[in-house]
Amino acid sequence: MKNTFTFHRGRAVPIDRDNIDTDQIIPKQFLKSIKKSGFGPNLFDAWRYEDEGFPGQDVSQRKPNKEFILNQERFNGADILISKKNFGCGSSREHAVWSLMDFGFKVVIAESFADIFYNNCFNNGLLPITLSSEEISMMLNIAEEGKEIEIDLENQVIFFEDNEIATFEIDPFRKKCILEGLDEIGLSLIHAAEIKEFEEKRAMESPWIFKMGNKNEK
Amino acid sequence: MPQTLYDKLWNLHEVAQREDGTHLLYIDRHLIHEVTSPQAFEGLKIAGRKPWRISSNIATPDHNVPTTDRAKGIQGINDEVAKLQVVTLDENCKQHDILQFDIHDIRQGIVHVVGPEQGLTLPGMTIVCGDSHTSTHGALATLSMGIGTSEVEHVLATQCLKTSKLQNMRVIINGDLQKGVTPKDVTLAVIGKIGTAGGTGYAIEYAGSVIENMSIEGRMTVCNMAIEAGARAGLVAYDQTTEAYIKNRPFAPTGEQWIHAKSQWEELISDEDAKFDKEIEIDGSLIAPQVTWGTSPEMVIDIDGFIPEPDSESIQHALDYMDLEPGKKIKDIKLDQVFIGSCTNSRIEDLREAAKVLEGKKISDSIKRAIVVPGSGLVSKQAVEEGLDKVFMDSGFEWRAPGCSMCLAMNPDQLGDGEHCASTSNRNFEGRQGYGGRTHLVSPSTAAASAIEGHFVDVREYLP
Ligand code: SF4
Repeated sequence: MKNTFTFHRGRAVPIDRDNIDTDQIIPKQFLKSIKKSGFGPNLFDAWRYEDEGFPGQDVSQRKPNKEFILNQERFNGADILISKKNFGCGSSREHAVWSLMDFGFKVVIAESFADIFYNNCFNNGLLPITLSSEEISMMLNIAEEGKEIEIDLENQVIFFEDNEIATFEIDPFRKKCILEGLDEIGLSLIHAAEIKEFEEKRAMESPWIFKMGNKNEK
Repeated sequence: MPQTLYDKLWNLHEVAQREDGTHLLYIDRHLIHEVTSPQAFEGLKIAGRKPWRISSNIATPDHNVPTTDRAKGIQGINDEVAKLQVVTLDENCKQHDILQFDIHDIRQGIVHVVGPEQGLTLPGMTIVCGDSHTSTHGALATLSMGIGTSEVEHVLATQCLKTSKLQNMRVIINGDLQKGVTPKDVTLAVIGKIGTAGGTGYAIEYAGSVIENMSIEGRMTVCNMAIEAGARAGLVAYDQTTEAYIKNRPFAPTGEQWIHAKSQWEELISDEDAKFDKEIEIDGSLIAPQVTWGTSPEMVIDIDGFIPEPDSESIQHALDYMDLEPGKKIKDIKLDQVFIGSCTNSRIEDLREAAKVLEGKKISDSIKRAIVVPGSGLVSKQAVEEGLDKVFMDSGFEWRAPGCSMCLAMNPDQLGDGEHCASTSNRNFEGRQGYGGRTHLVSPSTAAASAIEGHFVDVREYLP
């Protein structure tokens, strides 16, 4: 189910690094699932635990890496993640978004995002916020203290201790998706007649693209 | 108005603009594999929707399949969870009558190797797949992009991708490549120059004499890693080389349709005075064989380079993970494993390139394991016909069955904790090739020469 929200107050956790790739967010051995849920316990698996993780393990029996920031007590219950450049780069695996959400994250704030990850966020209701590098430095500092911040999506403002500390840009429709949780496929199917018409024209002009199933022999 | 190749492909497929300002782009070809599709089919079912156009889809299992013991088919997959994904793909394809090259089919292989090989990737197409390396297919003048699972479901249900137009970037590589410098070195050098986010928001068209003189397989290697430069799509203009590559492929048009198709394909070039939002020029003659030292493809240096000094948290972290000292020669890194394969470098030309170096030689005793994993059953067959499998095995490499294998190590082919690997794949992320594994991305010839010596070597000095 898609998440929706308009206003969110929560604790932020800083992961002060560039290029956090989706292999780090959810390592490949957990991609074998055919479900969208259950990835949370293995979010950042290789950083979070000292031993190697396998699907189906009881994570409570594993040894957490105390150094890793998500395991530090002051970040218990954090649901806003702050990071730096090119967050979510690498593999297109949507499991990365599913695992962040399954863990409890509602917002990721970064200096920039990789394209595919950014799209995947909106398709599931995880809010990606892009801020300047100065703002990110400030956010990393605030988060470091384990303090809460507030995100007003409606007005696109971030508050800390009742002060407005940043504003952010977001495409109006994408904002609506997070606010209301719209059915993307349904919205595209409004154009079904146009798609059909386009398809018929394309099949006339470039018929070889549409000739396939009949060559289904070895 | 003059148009770029990307603009032309976009205009050929734009169906409608949605109320939200995004565009629906018609998708000609949808490639499916076992890892990113199950949740999409499940989503369709829950919503009571059906695939829009069955004939656009083609599926093959690649990420999870074992590379040994393949005669047993699905039963040969020991990992029950992985097996379930392959079985689920089978079931979904059967249920919807989607053409699949299954685990028993000689045409099975890495989805990005299979598409072009079968002529399922044709110039002028839009192609998507739930896999970021879909950019590979742009080598054939297509607009090809990786997508997430929600988008897979969207494409299945509507035959369209909901998207916004990218900006145009052109990377021009002129000059003559030095002996031993390969398409892999070219693409790594580009990433080294523009960085892993340099192409974010762009479609990158690769051009210049180096690209013009490159084979289609080489262009695929280059476009494959466009995503590692942050670009969702990589592109190369249509030319005679493209035409020759496609001709007589199983799903390519024939007869009158071939002539008709060709007349359309010839338009698939950027107009002479087309405007690019960003242009980068690289002197191809200065490119040396490349090796990555760190945990991001942009952490790349020339073969005669040194491990850099850390100037940020990210670099320090990478040095720690890779257990490397600044100032050390990259050539001095001792290797434990060598992997030749992946959608970047598992085609016949890649195997020939490596075999040429290995011919009559043995890999170093210090290498614990060296494997070659062809990109598809047909690549494998061709290699066997040319006797390449023998060259590899005689030198000490293991010859495996096709799949993604150690590129992402979802199957049993993995690095051990702390092991250094010379790999022809495309990602050196932490743990990508196995927990604690340390990946160095290189070309097939550098991988082969380094296997012989047990450490990285400059293949320029190695070739006769
Ligand atoms: S070979 Fe590697 S990069 Fe290519 S599709 Fe398979 S896992 Fe992805």
